[in-house]
Amino acid sequence: MMNTENNQIVSNQRFIGLFEEQKAALLSADTPVVARIREEAFQAFKKSGFPDTRSEAWRHTDLSESLGKTWEYPLQPASAPDFRKVFRCNIPHLDTAVIGSFNGWYVSKDVPLMELGNGMIMGSLAQAKIKYPELVDRYYGTLSQDPGEGFTNLNTAFAGDGVFIYVPDRVKSPKPVQVINVIQHDRNIFLQSRNLIILGDSASLSLVHCDDSYNHQASFSNIVTEIHLGDQATLDHYKLQNLNNDSTLISSVYFRLGEGSGLESHFISLNGGLLRNNIRVLFDRPGGNANIYGIYLMDRKQHVDNRLYIDHAHPGCTSNELFKGILDEHAHAVFNGHVMVRRNAAKTDARQTNRNILLTDTARVNSKPFLEIYNDDVKCSHGSTTGQLDADSMFYLRQRGIGEDTARMLLMFAFADEIIAKISIPQLRQRIEDMVKKRLQGELQICEQCVLHCSTPDHPVDFQIDLTKI
Amino acid sequence: MLLSIKDLHAGINGKEILKGVNLEVNKGEVHAIMGPNGTGKSTLASVIAGRDVFEVTSGDVSYQGKNLLKMSVEERAREGIFLGFQYPVEIPGVSITNFMRTAVNELRKHRGLDPLPGGDFIRFMEEKKKLVEITSNLTNRSVNEGFSGGEKKKNEIFQMAMLEPLLAILDETDSGLDIDALRIVANGVNRLRRPDNAFVVITHYQRLLDYIVPDFVHVLFEGRIVKSGGKELALELEEKGYDWIKKEQD
Repeated sequence: MMNTENNQIVSNQRFIGLFEEQKAALLSADTPVVARIREEAFQAFKKSGFPDTRSEAWRHTDLSESLGKTWEYPLQPASAPDFRKVFRCNIPHLDTAVIGSFNGWYVSKDVPLMELGNGMIMGSLAQAKIKYPELVDRYYGTLSQDPGEGFTNLNTAFAGDGVFIYVPDRVKSPKPVQVINVIQHDRNIFLQSRNLIILGDSASLSLVHCDDSYNHQASFSNIVTEIHLGDQATLDHYKLQNLNNDSTLISSVYFRLGEGSGLESHFISLNGGLLRNNIRVLFDRPGGNANIYGIYLMDRKQHVDNRLYIDHAHPGCTSNELFKGILDEHAHAVFNGHVMVRRNAAKTDARQTNRNILLTDTARVNSKPFLEIYNDDVKCSHGSTTGQLDADSMFYLRQRGIGEDTARMLLMFAFADEIIAKISIPQLRQRIEDMVKKRLQGELQICEQCVLHCSTPDHPVDFQIDLTKI
Repeated sequence: MLLSIKDLHAGINGKEILKGVNLEVNKGEVHAIMGPNGTGKSTLASVIAGRDVFEVTSGDVSYQGKNLLKMSVEERAREGIFLGFQYPVEIPGVSITNFMRTAVNELRKHRGLDPLPGGDFIRFMEEKKKLVEITSNLTNRSVNEGFSGGEKKKNEIFQMAMLEPLLAILDETDSGLDIDALRIVANGVNRLRRPDNAFVVITHYQRLLDYIVPDFVHVLFEGRIVKSGGKELALELEEKGYDWIKKEQD
């Protein structure tokens, strides 16, 4: 415990010093509004510091080991990598559909911010602050201000760049947008990128958001993404996590849903050392609908922590959380689902479910679905199960001549498939199916057989993204 | 001889259920095993199939001259033993097509054959569906998920047709079936009867035996086969119930 506190305190001091030192540079790129938010966030972090296991929200996820490592903090893009070298893609429509960041910095290619014919804007958040200050000011930091969220505040204090996407009112993005966060560095790297995604009224977007590492170096990513859905807007959102075993990822995604808007979100955690998904949904107007799905496949000493907070602040909204996990060896999963139904949120329909399969005696789960309800006219349910593969099903399959290993695979895949089947882009679903199968067979390496068709980690990053298949 | 059971004792959680069962089954035969509830009929079926929750404490079971008790569940299945479940298990997420394709190909591998190509497999499946009079499109559904009782039992017969076992044990396949479903199940069995295979039909009632005519009827009572005879024994049981057997034993 003493050591835990020490690591946290040392890290706190390191970041406080770093901020004071870099403050001028950080603020110089901001609009006055963003600068104020940055300062406030820093003050909040200074007060709270890094959370430790004494706080309820981090009780089962101990960061002291990760924080205790020696990190490098790139506050500027070390060397602006040549887009063509980083993302050597062999597809013609790259400009319109794939954007990415490299070690936390938007990869600018020739155009740091693309404006499409339909009015969509995609590119670097740092550039958007310069070119579209009114848009950024209106949305930036509005969802993430919370004095209690140490990591979010740290990100707000330090973030330099990330991805910016704007879909104007009534515009339906013709094809999915894929955002790739690549981590590849020869020393331990601590990244804090920031994404802002805005969908106007009746806008529509499919967004595939990947966190991938391309070598085996340790990394710590503290990523914050704010996503705004206007009235009647629809977003089909995918978060794919396939990181190496020495990676720590704290991903905080904040959704705000306008009136009658619809969100489908899929959190697919295939690999990673320590993964924390902080998922927040705010129903900011009546009649919204959010389906949040999650699947996590963990082994070795991997750790995954999914924490959801669904705020039913308005009446007539529907939320459905379904998170499933398979844990092997010494893996540890944490699930916290918190549904808040406010006093005025009549006709709320909220469901939350967490199911886990433990393949060994040493794998662990801490699952806590939680409903907090201040209105009588609601339908809410929650459930959590953790167990082994069903013995009756195993016997049934084996009695038909299917070997034990294959039977186990079939059942594990069937368990995961309930989530995979929700993926509505058929080619992506097929790809994820393949990856999950490989993962369950212990064959998936980082950077292999990913959605991206990447080369081996030892080679330079060489993407062959076949967008026609996405 | 296909199956030979000698003085089989088995139980669960330390409680003995089978207390010395003897049974011989030859190719081409249909055996019916009848008896009141709780006398060990399903236990016998499970032990032959190799369910590990049951512990065999003594006795021998040989199948095609090999020691069956030393074989794993899947080995027994690949060697031709099929168990039609009394309560078929629902497996959400595993389609029947995928399930059967995996099973058929594992079986083929065991026999040194290449996997069936996709098109051939679909044709094979359609042929077997017809044989067992399955008209509904249950093949794209998950195994038994949301099936009615009758559909589940028909699905067992369909799987049996696909796997072409040498020894099929049907554990109360007739329970919970209406007369039409019963006829379909029985027709399936009759069509699959061959000189080189055998059936052991476990049933509570004589009704099924109107459709599947057995060569031998055995009465299992308190863990032992206490009476064996021809098909007329089933009729006698139907008429007189099991009380006279109990009295005979006392």
